[in-house]
Amino acid sequence: MTIQGKVIKYGNNVNTDVIIPSKYLVLTDPFALAAHAMEALDPDFPQKIQERKIVVAGRNFGCGSSREQAPIALKYAGVTCVVADSFARIFYRNAINIGLPLLECDGISAQIRDGDELRVNLEQGLIEDVSQGLHFKAVPIPPFLMAILEKGLVDYIKSRRSG
Amino acid sequence: MNIVEKILAKASNRDQVSPGEIVEARIDKAMMNDITGPLAIEAFKNMGGERVWDTTRAIIVLDHLVPANDDQAAHLHKLLRTFANEQGLKYFYDVGRGGVCHQVMMENHVKPGEVIVGADSHTCTYGALGAFSTGIGSTEIASVYLTGRLWFKVPPVIQVVVNGAFHPPVAPKDLILYTIGQLTADGATYRGVEFTGQAVDATSVEGRMTLCNMVVEMGAKNGIVPPDAKTAEYFTSRGVSSVNFIEGDDDADYEKIVEYDASSLEPMVALPPSVDNVKPVSEVGTIEIDQALLGSCTNGRLEDFRIAAEILRNKKVKKNVRALVIPASQEVYLRAMKEGLLDVFVKAGALVCNPNCGPCYGGHLGLLAAGEACVSSSNRNFVGRMGSPKADIYLASPATVAASAVTGTITDPRVLEA
Repeated sequence: MTIQGKVIKYGNNVNTDVIIPSKYLVLTDPFALAAHAMEALDPDFPQKIQERKIVVAGRNFGCGSSREQAPIALKYAGVTCVVADSFARIFYRNAINIGLPLLECDGISAQIRDGDELRVNLEQGLIEDVSQGLHFKAVPIPPFLMAILEKGLVDYIKSRRSG
Repeated sequence: MNIVEKILAKASNRDQVSPGEIVEARIDKAMMNDITGPLAIEAFKNMGGERVWDTTRAIIVLDHLVPANDDQAAHLHKLLRTFANEQGLKYFYDVGRGGVCHQVMMENHVKPGEVIVGADSHTCTYGALGAFSTGIGSTEIASVYLTGRLWFKVPPVIQVVVNGAFHPPVAPKDLILYTIGQLTADGATYRGVEFTGQAVDATSVEGRMTLCNMVVEMGAKNGIVPPDAKTAEYFTSRGVSSVNFIEGDDDADYEKIVEYDASSLEPMVALPPSVDNVKPVSEVGTIEIDQALLGSCTNGRLEDFRIAAEILRNKKVKKNVRALVIPASQEVYLRAMKEGLLDVFVKAGALVCNPNCGPCYGGHLGLLAAGEACVSSSNRNFVGRMGSPKADIYLASPATVAASAVTGTITDPRVLEA
């Protein structure tokens, strides 16, 4: 799976409370959640996401609460991929399960700039910064997780059960 | 093998596992709450789920929005109540029947050596009884409700050896804050964290819960204390006989071993906006507070209440400070009432609330206005965690919270006692 787009950049330790504040967790419509994505961190996110679809962040992206509403809010806001130096483990699993692609690449946030054009290959773990002509090797998503990511865990389990 | 490897090996029917290996483990208990549960039930149904894998092991606890504060919250509760009834779940903790999910699990369901998952990040608390437990998301717990199994990557384990003895009012909360400050907010990402050493041996199961509860604040997958006489005693005192332990080997491997000395610890405070921004209380300066919170899955237990009540006895909460006291469960509530601890809090001018997650879940009650500050015995001080993104949250022990409620500024409980 190859994904291309421009970068919105954030720092270290972006937690799920700022990705989607608690007061919105009573919402069950994913698009309603998406309307508040990143609200506590970046009020300009709704404008940025119109043009730029790949989030690049530093260490420990998605730390804190287990709320799956965090990757859901990002996905339905239009984020096509998250690239970070590292991820918090629950966020990583949640993102795979709901079909939000993500790649871990230690040190990458120091080199990629806000607004750069990125090309990402998930299976091979390759990231190209087209704007700067830089290439990075990330931790590829293992095949069994790619299978879940492509379908989402709901359909993955459904197909395994019917198959 | 260390204790984490031993538990995961047993649950996945293997003789041996090692860090990095992916295993599919049998799940002993799976818990969801009123924030993560509704999404999970939708996912369960969309997966084609008809019956949960085991009606005695799939557990639901209402705790974040208790009692419902609006019609949306009531709707989420109704969804879960209906699901629990349809499925015939043996353990559904409705409003007024349980409390904070992790406390309820520890009081009623956790056994040493079990593999337990919960759709809540602080599920790592149950390692206090020698179980492997970790937080997962909603869709994933739906899959567990369906299959009773889940994949894990066997984590490398960091061993935290705590020598010496705590000098009260320095408490396990101060140790875990100190540890997070040392290892940082992502210093244990994907790792297990095992607590051991003299000071941990002498710590009650309640105190061990505080330690294990907060390992997720440094990214850990699970926290664990090897089961011992105190573990056995916990079960005996609750009328449970014959629990089996799983223990690590003496020559077990650890990724890293760090050693701390409880004797030299001071009361610690995590300053906003991150849990690893930790300083001794003597170095935080004068911080005026608007709210003091005693409660949460981290420090809302009887032992915490006894310590706070000793400080608040015959004293008053400072004018213009609101002190909230929130028992972690109905059981804690009842026992604190019988011991007269709630009398102390009420007489001091604190508001004793019903068992729930309280302001620590910033979507219910007891929230902060812009420009306000709260000292809290809970676990997260992120921006906007307790209401306004312009409010400040300081994390500390129950003793520090109680002392600060009396003075109106963040206060070293040793100074107040003197």
